[in-house]
Amino acid sequence: MLTYAIKRIGLAVLILITVMLAMYAMVFLVPGDPASLALGPRATPELKAQLIARMGLDQPVWVQVWRFFANALHGNLGYDVWSRRPVLDQILQVFPNTLFLGAVALGWALVLGVALGCAAVVWRGTVVDAVLGILSVSMIAVPPFVIALYLLLIFAVWLGWLPAIGAGTPGDWASQFRAVLLPAFSIGITWVGYLARLVRASMLEVMGANHIRTARAFGLSELRIVTRYALRLAIIPTVAILAVGFGSILSSAVFVETVFSRPGIGTLVTSAVAKRNYPVVMGSVLFMTAFYLVVVTAADLLIARLDPRVRDVFRG
Amino acid sequence: MTEPLLQVRDLRVAYGPVQALRGASLNARAGEVVGIVGESGCGKSTLAAALIGLPAPGATVSGEVRIGGDDLLALPEPARRRLRGERVAMIFQDPMTAFNPVLTLGDQLIDFQHRLAEPRAAKRGRARAMLARVGLPDPDLALHRYVHELSGGMRQRAAIAAALLMRPPLLVADEPTTALDVTMEAQILHLLRELRGEHQGAIVIITHHLGVVGELCDRVYVMYAGEVVEEGTVEEIYHTPRHPYTRALIACDPAHVAQGQGHLPTIPGRVPDLAAPPAGCAFAARCPLASARCATPPPRHRFGPTQVAACYAVAP
Repeated sequence: MLTYAIKRIGLAVLILITVMLAMYAMVFLVPGDPASLALGPRATPELKAQLIARMGLDQPVWVQVWRFFANALHGNLGYDVWSRRPVLDQILQVFPNTLFLGAVALGWALVLGVALGCAAVVWRGTVVDAVLGILSVSMIAVPPFVIALYLLLIFAVWLGWLPAIGAGTPGDWASQFRAVLLPAFSIGITWVGYLARLVRASMLEVMGANHIRTARAFGLSELRIVTRYALRLAIIPTVAILAVGFGSILSSAVFVETVFSRPGIGTLVTSAVAKRNYPVVMGSVLFMTAFYLVVVTAADLLIARLDPRVRDVFRG
Repeated sequence: MTEPLLQVRDLRVAYGPVQALRGASLNARAGEVVGIVGESGCGKSTLAAALIGLPAPGATVSGEVRIGGDDLLALPEPARRRLRGERVAMIFQDPMTAFNPVLTLGDQLIDFQHRLAEPRAAKRGRARAMLARVGLPDPDLALHRYVHELSGGMRQRAAIAAALLMRPPLLVADEPTTALDVTMEAQILHLLRELRGEHQGAIVIITHHLGVVGELCDRVYVMYAGEVVEEGTVEEIYHTPRHPYTRALIACDPAHVAQGQGHLPTIPGRVPDLAAPPAGCAFAARCPLASARCATPPPRHRFGPTQVAACYAVAP
């Protein structure tokens, strides 16, 4: 297990380095140098030279890359071009909002998705199964920001039940919770559909396996077979897809936070892109990648915990 | 004579239009080892499933399977479940898939004793003792193993241990050596031969392998196209086979083929289509002794106290 964990974490570090290199390449691939982009067409050459020096863009490429790495490893993601505030401070200030949004979205999607998936298995081949199938596919097909706009219109504008914008008052949990409901619903609904389909498929597959027949042949009760023998196996693909799902939820947050004018890493990136504030864009993307890798690695370790066969693949 | 432990009367199982079992009758007494032989598709596995009261979902079943007086097929599912694992246990064909891959062998062997109101430690002790009995080299270690960590022979031994755990009066072995190589097969046959001396109840061995039958069984039922065509003691079936199918089967057994013959004999023709089985003898189309009368169901002729063959041509 330890060997597996070390290998898995090593792989995550490698991916992070690759992403950092790709990010850095982006700076060079974008036409025009970042300093001119940041200052606009009417900047004086002196001002430009000053900014280029401050960003370290006058140094050879390998020095720049090395500095970027070294700084990132020390927790320094660079400085905002406009406010000169450290990028990491800005990220840490808004990230809890995004994390809360993601967690609530994934949480309700998990509960409802698994429940609907199990319902489809219990009533498989009936009208319930067919209706759930159509419902799930519809949930998957509709983009979250479309749902977000409709939810805003219905619950915030027409009914006035929930706030239309913001993340609630800091320190006031009730207002924060009310503010997260609509965005979390619009992000999570896709995942309700995915999880319902996935849980149904993996449960059906597992229930047809030989070892389930063995458990039946030894007279174990159906409830025990489902909860102990089938679910342990059927939950494995769900854990794997949930980790990937967390990444996709972070990217949906970019749209949904904009629609709901909710402070978060999504709104931070969107406004930074608009203002050509490239250190903030790079820092945020790198931060999200790192966070995503932590989630995926944790999920992989959890899967290895759940499935001894996976552990052995990475042992040898 | 005592009442047979297992009595199967006119058992019919159909999967939609396909009649897999067409009125099979057989019985087994305590202390007896009964073999059921036939080629692929003769209904052996269907019979095995029916003997433990677990027919495939969607199968239509009629007839009786009495174990110690209770008709397994007439009982409601909860009562049927109580019989499974307690009065009848099964040694499964493919031990790789017969155990759950994410639970340890120990966990499963303890679960299979769920009927006993004993502390876990006692159940673990019994599982350990049974694994030692079937010849697993290190039973304590094996309890902590997952199936994929065991070799094929060890898995088959573990499957036998699982079936013996509750000391059921009726033991059904579905192709117990088919998944093994020749050396392993010899070892498992040796083990089964030892165990048959200790086992108080009846053992039903379902196989296509005549060698297994000769090694282990007292009596044999020969099945063809979902029917029992001949029954008798092992000596009778081997030395004075009556039914043309039994004779052909023995002639085709590689163990009986003379040295230097140059080719393996086969039975010409094919198994009849079980979706539209012939009204008379199912073997008539491939039988060298067939005549016009074989289009009607053949009589069951008795040859001595134990041998019965269903054929017109071999009247005593």
